[in-house]
Amino acid sequence: MRKKIALFILLGWVLLIIGDRVDELRVYQGAQMAMYTIALASIVLLTGYSGQVSLGNGAMMAVGGYGAALTLNNLGSPIWFAFLMAVVCAALFGALLGTAAARLSGPYLAGTTLALAVGLPAIANQFKFLGGEPGLLFDVGFPPERFGEEFTQYKWFFWISTFIALIALFMTSNILSSRFGRTWRGIRGHSLAAELCGVHSSRMKILAFTVSSALAGLAGAVLAMNISLVAPGAYALSLSFALVTGAVLAGISSLPGVVFGAFILVAIPEIADALAGRLGDADKLNHYLPGLIVSILLILSVIYAPNGPGENLRKHLRKKPAR
Amino acid sequence: MQKVIETLLIGLSTGSIYALMSIALVLVWRSTRVVNFAQAGQAMLSTYIGFEIASRSEIFWLGLVFAIAAGALVGAGVDYFFMRVLFKHATSGPAAVVAPVIATLGLLGLIRSIVGLTWGGEFRSIKAPASTDGFTVGDGTIPFSTLDVLIIATVSIILIALALLFQRTNLGLALRASAYAPEIAQLAGIRTARTRTIGWSIAGGVGGVAGMLVTSNNFLSPYSLDLLLVFGFIAAVIGGLESMAGSVIGALVLGIGLTFILNYVGTSLVFIGGFSVLILVLLIKPDGIMAKGKARRA
Amino acid sequence: MSGLVVNRLSVSHGAIKALRSVSFTVEVGQLAAVIGSNGAGKTTLLRALSGLNTQTSGSAQWKEREILGARPDALVRRGISHVSEGKSVIAELSVKENLVLGGIWRSKKSDTSAAIAEVVELFPVLGQRMSQSADSLSGGERQMLAIGRALVSRPKLLLLDEPSLGLAPLVIEQIFATIDQLRRRLGLTVVLVEQNAMSALEIADFGIIINLGEVVASGKASELIDDPVLRAAYLGY
Repeated sequence: MRKKIALFILLGWVLLIIGDRVDELRVYQGAQMAMYTIALASIVLLTGYSGQVSLGNGAMMAVGGYGAALTLNNLGSPIWFAFLMAVVCAALFGALLGTAAARLSGPYLAGTTLALAVGLPAIANQFKFLGGEPGLLFDVGFPPERFGEEFTQYKWFFWISTFIALIALFMTSNILSSRFGRTWRGIRGHSLAAELCGVHSSRMKILAFTVSSALAGLAGAVLAMNISLVAPGAYALSLSFALVTGAVLAGISSLPGVVFGAFILVAIPEIADALAGRLGDADKLNHYLPGLIVSILLILSVIYAPNGPGENLRKHLRKKPAR
Repeated sequence: MQKVIETLLIGLSTGSIYALMSIALVLVWRSTRVVNFAQAGQAMLSTYIGFEIASRSEIFWLGLVFAIAAGALVGAGVDYFFMRVLFKHATSGPAAVVAPVIATLGLLGLIRSIVGLTWGGEFRSIKAPASTDGFTVGDGTIPFSTLDVLIIATVSIILIALALLFQRTNLGLALRASAYAPEIAQLAGIRTARTRTIGWSIAGGVGGVAGMLVTSNNFLSPYSLDLLLVFGFIAAVIGGLESMAGSVIGALVLGIGLTFILNYVGTSLVFIGGFSVLILVLLIKPDGIMAKGKARRA
Repeated sequence: MSGLVVNRLSVSHGAIKALRSVSFTVEVGQLAAVIGSNGAGKTTLLRALSGLNTQTSGSAQWKEREILGARPDALVRRGISHVSEGKSVIAELSVKENLVLGGIWRSKKSDTSAAIAEVVELFPVLGQRMSQSADSLSGGERQMLAIGRALVSRPKLLLLDEPSLGLAPLVIEQIFATIDQLRRRLGLTVVLVEQNAMSALEIADFGIIINLGEVVASGKASELIDDPVLRAAYLGY
């Protein structure tokens, strides 16, 4: 345990140093990567451990984002409280949905969460207090002055999101290696067997859904901070798609893998930009090339490496000495 | 009273389009045990092709025929080039159960991007094949139009054709047998893989019609059929995912119910209404309205 | 002419070898009973012969043509019908539809109708229930329907997997009597897999005893029944 804490502190320190050495765009991408890391961890926990599919994590992020923005804007609360409320809102919503979801098998759960991902952001359009199409501002304020003039806004976002991501990952990894993590894996494989061992499987599933939603909500608030805004467009269906892709690439049951998944998700728009620049007709390409890359990656990985490229690599390495 | 009747009629028209989408989902679910989320993409692609033909020839029905053909071709292609490869690589491990459904999601994204890159993202519309002006009743007009009549008629013809195909022909029998018991069907001499591809292609064609009809007095964009997919799915769940008749009933009930919400409460609650129906059905009658107390198979 | 010639057939399920180097021959018109306990590999053998199991090595020929590696639907066209374990009818379809299914691969519908008429003659009870759902039949009737469906395809080689499974003793007797009659009347070659060893050997010409994936004994059915060692070890009394 102590080793783990030390490892995370070291990791944070290295990240901060890196944050100091790179330009503004990279700092922003770092903040986004931290956000994706949290969001992917929420899917890994849900799908990889408890075996429930959720295609609607974008919607859960929206709940968190709007929760945080409403708290910050209406109560004028400190930032940390807004983030806390994001977690609480999403967890409550997740518990509610999880109660229904725990009774659903694969296709029903997949469809229900997809419906949510399609519909929930659009609902925001319909209600005045959610700001409609343009959304709500989400302003965490300037970095404290004592950090000096050099300390930019994006670097401030980067610090906050990295800090949150490290804490979230640390806690998730503890949950996953605890009794709960083991039980979830038990339910995933053999729901009935787990039930016979005295595990209350639907209660455990609801718990997994709740924790996962809480994580997604946190990620949603971090996303809102990074782009200073909560709007339906930010949590569109394509976000849910990207998250599923990232989770599959991460190796759906590997927590360390989420960092790799998050890296890919941040890299895709960058690659798409570069490609679009070469191919011309920038408007269409800018809009659809990232989606194209995401989908192709998702399809290829689901066919050839459904448990993540990491597993294929391990298999490959294991095979070699046998020869 | 008049408002109630016109709401019912509009709901019938809306619901009949949902019915097509839900039948497309049920057909694929029965044969492949996958909820095909790519259906929205397949239908959208078919509709774009149908629109292209319809707007050039200025004949809506020619466009519809092409949309059906394109839908059937795309559906067959998805099964042949995609699902077969996917199942050949089927592995064990935590992702095994979720891989097919995630794959269809990937396919939806792929088709959407390809359509976006080809036709761009702007909204398109087409001249409706019939008047969209409401009928005159007494001294007022109601929003129910000739187009709505045409939509209901088209859907009815397709439903009757499908019923005949499934109940009266050997192909229909082969489709049903392969869906219920693939192994026994194979032992009876049915080429189940080919039969499944035919099922996908029928579903694709039906989806194409749904796309054309829903956009006949609406806009088409790479995202415009997502909601149709969701409502089609909800209708299919109401019917229990297995039964085509059930899903048609589910679609009509859903269409009428949502139109009532639209006319009496407002647009803001339409989706919430649909979603609540989904959750309620799943909690109260998870096997759908057609279930006879038999356990669900999947 | 030799009918079914199985030579060094092995079948694996992933890493597990379910059947190891099994060889036997069944002459045309003979009934071979494959006997063995649960998990011995009997069903695996039949599934390999009908094309359902594809992880096979060795060879199996029907009338001098290889059948391993062919798809089940192709084998049906070559006159090999497999009635799989557990009353293999489709409960959601009507009795008539189940029967039509047996001839669905034919291009001529009239051939199927004629074959169905013959089957109904053999199993009159099915004729009275043509429009009912297969779900409503009793266990014995279902088994008849399953065999009837296979007969509609006018097979030359019939593979039967545990037709007695889950049936009442009286019904079992009836089913075995029917199988015996059928194969004499239609000149069928039959491979009958059974746990119910004595009943199966009584109507068989030839017996093969399988244990843990290997053939432990084979020979004339009557000799197997009389062998005291085999009786004690595999036939149960």
